[in-house]
Order: sequence, then C-alpha cells, then structure tokens
Amino acid sequence: MAAGGIDALGQFQLHPALGPIGASVNFTQSNLMMVVAGVLTFGLLWLGMRPRAMVPGRLQSAAEMAYETVLGMCTETIGPEGRAYFPFVFTLFFFILFGNLLGVFPYFFTFTSHIAVTLALTVFVVGLVTFVAIRIHGLHFFSYFVPQGVPAVLLPLLVPIEILSYVSRLISLSVRLFANMMAGHVMLDVFGAFVIMLGGAGIIFWLPAGFSLAVNVALIGFELLVATLQAYVFAVLTCIYLHDAVHLH
Amino acid sequence: MNEEPGDENQPPSFEERLKAARGRQGLDAPSSTSARDSGGADGMSPWGIGLRVGIELVSALVVAVAIGWGLGYLFGGKPIFIAVFVLLGGTAGILNVWRLFAPRPTRDRGR
Repeated sequence: MAAGGIDALGQFQLHPALGPIGASVNFTQSNLMMVVAGVLTFGLLWLGMRPRAMVPGRLQSAAEMAYETVLGMCTETIGPEGRAYFPFVFTLFFFILFGNLLGVFPYFFTFTSHIAVTLALTVFVVGLVTFVAIRIHGLHFFSYFVPQGVPAVLLPLLVPIEILSYVSRLISLSVRLFANMMAGHVMLDVFGAFVIMLGGAGIIFWLPAGFSLAVNVALIGFELLVATLQAYVFAVLTCIYLHDAVHLH
Repeated sequence: MNEEPGDENQPPSFEERLKAARGRQGLDAPSSTSARDSGGADGMSPWGIGLRVGIELVSALVVAVAIGWGLGYLFGGKPIFIAVFVLLGGTAGILNVWRLFAPRPTRDRGR
C-alpha cells in the first residue's frame, strides 16, 4: 500500500506486548486482546451476578440478558438438546463479540481480523460438530453425505459434492468473520488518512477533509453494528451446524 | 409466539405464557420454528445477502481447488484432479447457496 502513502494494512501487523517478557515468548498484542476479552466476559458475569438481586441493577440486567439471549439461541435453533451446548456457544459468542468490539477503540487491536484466529475458531467448531455427530449417531453419521431419494447411479457424483459442501463450512465461517472485520478497519484507516492528508494540503481541501471525518464517524457506528452482527452470525451458524449434527438431515 | 388468531385484545392466558416460558427453557419442544432457523438469511440487508452468497460460492471452490491441487501434487502433477474438483466445488457452492435460500420443510425433531 505504498501508493499515496496510505498504509492501510500496517495496522494488522503483530508486535510483542508486555515488554521483554512478552517478546521472549512471542506474546503479541493480539494475544493480549484475547486475554482482555476473556477477562471482560468473566468480569461482566462475575461482577454482574454478585448482587444476586431479585430486581436486577444495570450490570446484572446485562449479564442476565446475555445469558438468556444465548440460551434462547441454543434452545430455539438446536432444540431442547441445545442446553448441553450452551456453555460452548456462550463462550464462543462472547469471545468473538468482545474481540470485535475492542477493536473499535483507538490503539486497540482486533484479533478477529486475522484469518489465523478465525480459522482456528472454525476448525474447533467444525471439529466439535463432527465429533458430536459421530458420538450421537455413530457410523450412521456418514449417511449425512448421502442425499435421500437419489438414484444410486448418481451417488458417486453427489457424495463428493456433499462432502465438499460440508468441508467448505471451514472456509465460509472463518472468511466471513475475518473479511468483515478486516474490511471495516481498512476503510477506517483509509478515511482517517484522507483526513490528515487533505487537512494538511491547504484550506481549499478542508471541506473534503471534514467530509472524510464525517464518513469515519458514520463508519465507527457501522463497525459497532458489524461487530455485534458478525459475532451473532458466527454463534447462530454454530448452533445450526450443531442442530444438523444432533438431528442429521 | 403461539397465540390464537382472533383474540388480539385479550392478554395471553396463563397456560399460553407457561407454555412459552417452558419452550424457552427447553422443557418442552418449541412449537414454532423461528426465522433464525434458515441461518438469518431473511431480514438481512441486500449487501449482507450478497456477501453471504459470494462467500458460500467461493469457499466451496477454494476447498475443492485445494483438494484437487493437493491430490495432483501427490500423484505426480496430473491436472485431472484439479479439473474434476473445480467442477465438483462449483456444484457444491451452488448447493450451499440453495441450502441458504431453500424453504426448509418441517423438521423431524423426533429422530
């Protein structure tokens, strides 16, 4: 991104955090943000639920709402068996949600903007879904790849397609989260650079510079929406895959 | 959620509220499937739908090309694998998109 002097991708570079200790174990600012996201989730629930009030305060309401939203997502999408997978979906949803939201703050880092992170999460999800399906259905799981009511002649063609469709979840789930987060932050960076460059170019350019600043303000709001929506989509798709694993077809 | 048509003015009876609450807590099987079941494709913006379809199409192709290239590499650089897998991957992508928008039949939850 040398053209125009806008370095829109430099923000995604990893640097060691926590001084020489972090540098010696390759503890980057991405890892630091993951720890912060985990601590914030834990803090929300622990501090929120400490009063145990019958009429909840603000923080307790937030914690209860978080719990009930994800529980509703699990039981409505997966079915009554969904309660068993609630802890997993809850952890996943809040890890991604806090990761996305932390990235909106200046000087913070969005760890979900790295495909290595989202692909690792997705490999874990698809691995767990496959494990659950085999655990529940045994070898009957492989009938998932055989469509019903199809002539046997077509099966050698259709079974590979079904398997590819199953495996492509790995890419579609991870790329969706990664692409959304990265694209948003690149746009923020580009318009931020416009503000500086146009603002320094003389008084005639102050109007377009102000316009770029206004776009950036709108983009921050849009980023908040995307951050929440993508965490939700990731969790809902995990629930749908779990539903398929529990019920097969 | 599950209220009778016709008595819009009446507050939901205790039975209905109990049923709804039991459904939420997973004690009963929920009687109505919500729009979430289709993967959130309803109620999304056109941009969201477009991005979703694009990702579904491309991701199947990426996986297929990776497998085809890997098989070709293993078996001495024969291009037949990648040629076959590109076609299969494209079809799988279409299948993904069809799954995204196909009207889902009533679920058989009893299995």
